[in-house]
Amino acid sequence: MIEAQHLTKRYGETNAVRDLTFTVKPGIVTGFLGPNGSGKSTTMRLILGLDAPSEGEVKVNGKRYAEFAAPLHEVGALLEARSVHPGRSAYNHLLAQAQTHGIPRSRVDELIELVGLESVAKKRAGQFSLGMGQRLGIASALLGDPEVVMLDEPVNGLDPDGIRWIRDLMKTLAAEGRTVFLSSHLMSEMALTADHLIVIGRGRLIDDVSVDEFIGRHSKHVVRVRSPQATELTELIASPDVTTEAVEPGLLEIEGLTAEQIGATAAAKNIVLYELAPRQASLEEAFMDLTRDEVEYQAVTPAHAKDHEGALAA
Amino acid sequence: MSAITALPTPIVRTRIHTSRVTQVRVALSEWTKLRTLRSTRYALLTGVAMTIGFAIIPAFVNASRWNNMSASDKAGFHPLDTSLIGVTVAQLAIGVLGVMVISGEYSTGMIRSTFAAVPKRLPVLWGKAGVFGLVTFVLALPSTLIAFFAAQAFLKGHSLNGHDIALSFSDPGVSRAVIGGALYLTLVGLFGLGLGAILRNTAGGISALAGILFVLPTVMSVLPSSWNNAISPYLPSDAGQAIMRIGHPAHTLAPWTGLGVLAAYSAVAIAIAAIQLRRRDV
Repeated sequence: MIEAQHLTKRYGETNAVRDLTFTVKPGIVTGFLGPNGSGKSTTMRLILGLDAPSEGEVKVNGKRYAEFAAPLHEVGALLEARSVHPGRSAYNHLLAQAQTHGIPRSRVDELIELVGLESVAKKRAGQFSLGMGQRLGIASALLGDPEVVMLDEPVNGLDPDGIRWIRDLMKTLAAEGRTVFLSSHLMSEMALTADHLIVIGRGRLIDDVSVDEFIGRHSKHVVRVRSPQATELTELIASPDVTTEAVEPGLLEIEGLTAEQIGATAAAKNIVLYELAPRQASLEEAFMDLTRDEVEYQAVTPAHAKDHEGALAA
Repeated sequence: MSAITALPTPIVRTRIHTSRVTQVRVALSEWTKLRTLRSTRYALLTGVAMTIGFAIIPAFVNASRWNNMSASDKAGFHPLDTSLIGVTVAQLAIGVLGVMVISGEYSTGMIRSTFAAVPKRLPVLWGKAGVFGLVTFVLALPSTLIAFFAAQAFLKGHSLNGHDIALSFSDPGVSRAVIGGALYLTLVGLFGLGLGAILRNTAGGISALAGILFVLPTVMSVLPSSWNNAISPYLPSDAGQAIMRIGHPAHTLAPWTGLGVLAAYSAVAIAIAAIQLRRRDV
């Protein structure tokens, strides 16, 4: 269980997180969804106590993270940016983490096997690919057999096999009664993995909703109809529940009727149809619509982008 | 890597019985971190090699040329300084390592893993200081002893005014100076660790350390001599090196007073780091 109350974090003038209140429940996978730069990583740092909130508070299993006697037993975290010394081997990294809690070496071996890093465990982590680095981070997160598993963009850099593996792992962990909280900027990924969604944009809570409800609310069922008698058809099906949009002459997008209903109506009146195609607006589109106004960094022209890079370098 | 897809589901929930974080466990973890980096091993090895090498080479050169040296060169030759000159070279390697023991965690992001495991943070600083200090002293002490005995072995048999110039470990002040050399290296290392923890940046930490140890004394020498004489003895390097001197030249601190001043600098640096560590975001 993670409970955030009016959580706010300012860095100088920037409000990274603003007045976030939410609860992440055990037993399900909760997705933390937001565009890049929306404050997901900051929120996760606040949960771990790496950064202190400017206002509000966040508790894990009823306590501030720093109050726990065995924190790795409470929360296992994979943070977005790499959190491993590149000069140390995967095995030694995990061993040093384990030793802080008196976790035995056998558990380190077990996790290396679980994430499939046996063959490279003695190699320096700096030589790892992004995917191998993610696996090492996940091994580190599970080291203390934690009640809460928190992963920041876990599928980044993973191949399709790895992505499927993560999904299964998350579901398994949730089924075991753990709290699973994972962030992503990809709605499609969340739709496949998560049961519940916490959506943020520019540090503010936008939505706190089950995935089913989110899909139901945001996915439009539209039927695409091509007909030389488009105007006639439009008049025929007109009703308060039906919206018809003429995309171009002879091409309609109809919302509020199924393809079967439209086809039957057309057949009854001898209207010729060239095309009749049900189409579901993607969740990605719904998510983009939802967060359009909340994206921190709108696309900039190349000239500006160059300036921006220059400023960062300086 | 394809083995990864075959997930043995039950292995996740092993219910290992983690016990709490303790200072001893954090220190053990820090020992693992220290010994598992190649850069640490190289820096420590460099420190040992410099301590011994820079004692043996000048002792050998002076001993082999002794009969051809002028009377004033002979009078100015100091057999103890020759044995311990390597310490002042080795301090750079040890001090830099001290900085990197902590700044390296910030530059690589490792610090996030460290503080996620030990969110109270201070045990990490104490663990690092304790382990690094102990490791440094355990290596530095044999190094200064070897440096001393090796240098004196070369000098033995050469005499000035009828006396053998080689010193004995039991001569007044000698054992204190030789053991003190190892203590000096340890304290410089801890001073570096404190600077690294305050600045959280490798380049900044090393610059600060080198500036304080090597540049500041030079800058002081351009001040009016009354100022220089009043200030210089209290600079970390000058104060700390008093432990390696025999006798008590003008404008220097007494041996243990001097080492105490250096210890105070290191303690203050680590204390400032501790205060910041509790408050600052990672």
